Amino acid sequence: MSLAASSGPPSRRHSRLTRLTRSMGLVIGLAVVVLMIVAALVAPWIAPFDPDDQDVLLILSAPDATHWFGTDAFGRDVLSRVLWGARVSLYVGFVATALGIVIGSAIGIVAGFYGGLIDRAVSASTDILLSFPQLIMGLLLVAVLGASLTNLIIAIAITAVPAFIRMARSSALAMRERDFIDACRVLGYSDLRIMAVHILPNSLDELVVMASLWMASAIRTESTLAFIGLSVPPPTATWGGIVREGFDNLLDAPWLALFPSLAILIVMIGLNMVGDGLRDATDPRAAT
Amino acid sequence: MNAPLIVDGVTTSIRLDGQRHDVVRDISFQVAARETLALVGESGCGKSMTALSIMGLLPAGIASVSAGKIIVDGIDMVAADETVRESVRGNRIGMIFQEPMTSLNPVLPIGFQVGEALMQHQGLSRSAARAKALDLLEHVRIPSAARRLDDYPHQFSGGMRQRVMIALALACGPKVLIADEPTTALDVTIQRQVLALLADLQAREGLAVLLITHNLGVVASVADRVMVMYGGDVVESADVKDFFARPTHPYSVALLAAMPRIDATEGPQPIPGQVPSLDAMPSGCRFQSRCHLRQDVCSTLPPLKPVAGNPGHQVRCWMRGDT
Repeated sequence: MSLAASSGPPSRRHSRLTRLTRSMGLVIGLAVVVLMIVAALVAPWIAPFDPDDQDVLLILSAPDATHWFGTDAFGRDVLSRVLWGARVSLYVGFVATALGIVIGSAIGIVAGFYGGLIDRAVSASTDILLSFPQLIMGLLLVAVLGASLTNLIIAIAITAVPAFIRMARSSALAMRERDFIDACRVLGYSDLRIMAVHILPNSLDELVVMASLWMASAIRTESTLAFIGLSVPPPTATWGGIVREGFDNLLDAPWLALFPSLAILIVMIGLNMVGDGLRDATDPRAAT
Repeated sequence: MNAPLIVDGVTTSIRLDGQRHDVVRDISFQVAARETLALVGESGCGKSMTALSIMGLLPAGIASVSAGKIIVDGIDMVAADETVRESVRGNRIGMIFQEPMTSLNPVLPIGFQVGEALMQHQGLSRSAARAKALDLLEHVRIPSAARRLDDYPHQFSGGMRQRVMIALALACGPKVLIADEPTTALDVTIQRQVLALLADLQAREGLAVLLITHNLGVVASVADRVMVMYGGDVVESADVKDFFARPTHPYSVALLAAMPRIDATEGPQPIPGQVPSLDAMPSGCRFQSRCHLRQDVCSTLPPLKPVAGNPGHQVRCWMRGDT
């Protein structure tokens, strides 16, 4: 009996099992994220109360059958606020990441494709931007621009751009030397066409994986900024803002900070599972 | 009518450490419609540089055509600006490569890749380009082409991919085709099929084919004329029959002797030494460092002159040809 025959089937079964659990992670993560997005979209219809409606008779009441997540210091329903807060937090995370990926990959692909002076200038600026911690950078930008929804998105997008530049650049750099790019030149395709039609789709899987991880990080940054009062001004509900309000009453009403924190946690875990799952699914080495 | 491809006195130079080296020296030839000219020589002899010069794809800032004219289907590729060259490439001149495995974009379906050239050069709509792409794939005899339009390159074998590359190169109906080692990466049986397909398409479309190869067997079976290059110089130029009947330049003779033959009593004879590096190129005849006929006169570059009253057979050697 040969060694290969005896070791073959179990390892194959093992790899199939690990692949299955990996794709399970992707499915669960995707389900969590989609559920959150749907909840945010239909918040106006499913939220049991108006998120800004104050009920002075029911201040800081504990979770019960009417107010599942309790009420806050103004007597507002926490469940409704968490649902409405999801709209802001997810919107900021999604739009900021989308802006980051579009701007970052455009600049990165151009830099990687042309190389030379453009590349050196872009790489140097990217390095400088990346040397700032994301939160400090976001803080600085919001402080300069002023706290509003648009400025928040711009600030978080700017923190995401350098990372996408770097990834798209390295991808374009490797792609530039491939034979099929030479074939494109021989066919008389313009540089723009080569970059948009031939290099971008080849880099897309990497960029999408990174986008899902960055969206988690954008949501975290938004929440942190909201926590220190640099997000959309009150009374608009955002997750970080609700945690901040709950922080003041942490000992009397822990549910106030608990539920929005859980929401942030669950979305971040979900997005990370999606990112990891996508990475494994698109990594050719994982398939063997 | 002028030949679709005219190369007239072209010298291509590259700059290395501030020094100019001629990698192609004063090369002239024409390829007529339906004709196949084979460019032969070992690695580093200037074959690919000649092809890149014709396509206008020399690496910018490093290499350039420093003298001469290249006319592709009536358009001067040396004088033209980049926009004009882009409109010529893939449209009036096609090119296929040695490596069909890596010359197609792995993430795009082949139907789109073939159609893309038509969208770019002929302004076809996506659906019209798709229909034409199907025609082209049937033309290059891809079995059940209609079902395979949406397949990706990894679903094709090497021979099939080379057929796709040929369809792509010929999509816009060019007058000139440059085939750079088109069969080197393929099995011998597939080589035969691809060469037969090329010959067939050439006859049908009236293509002028410039075949770049180091495989003299391929030359003997498909070429009309042969040009042997060494160190950037054309050292011999002849009709394919004359070339194999009377190889004249010492390098041509050595090349043929280096080829294994089924009817030979002795094994192949390798050519001693290798092509000198650019900064070590001897002045005069560049083959002198490996030539057993070397004389003092060889340090002056010999002209290309006819052999024994046959004006179609030219050789660049002081020791051979008419004196």
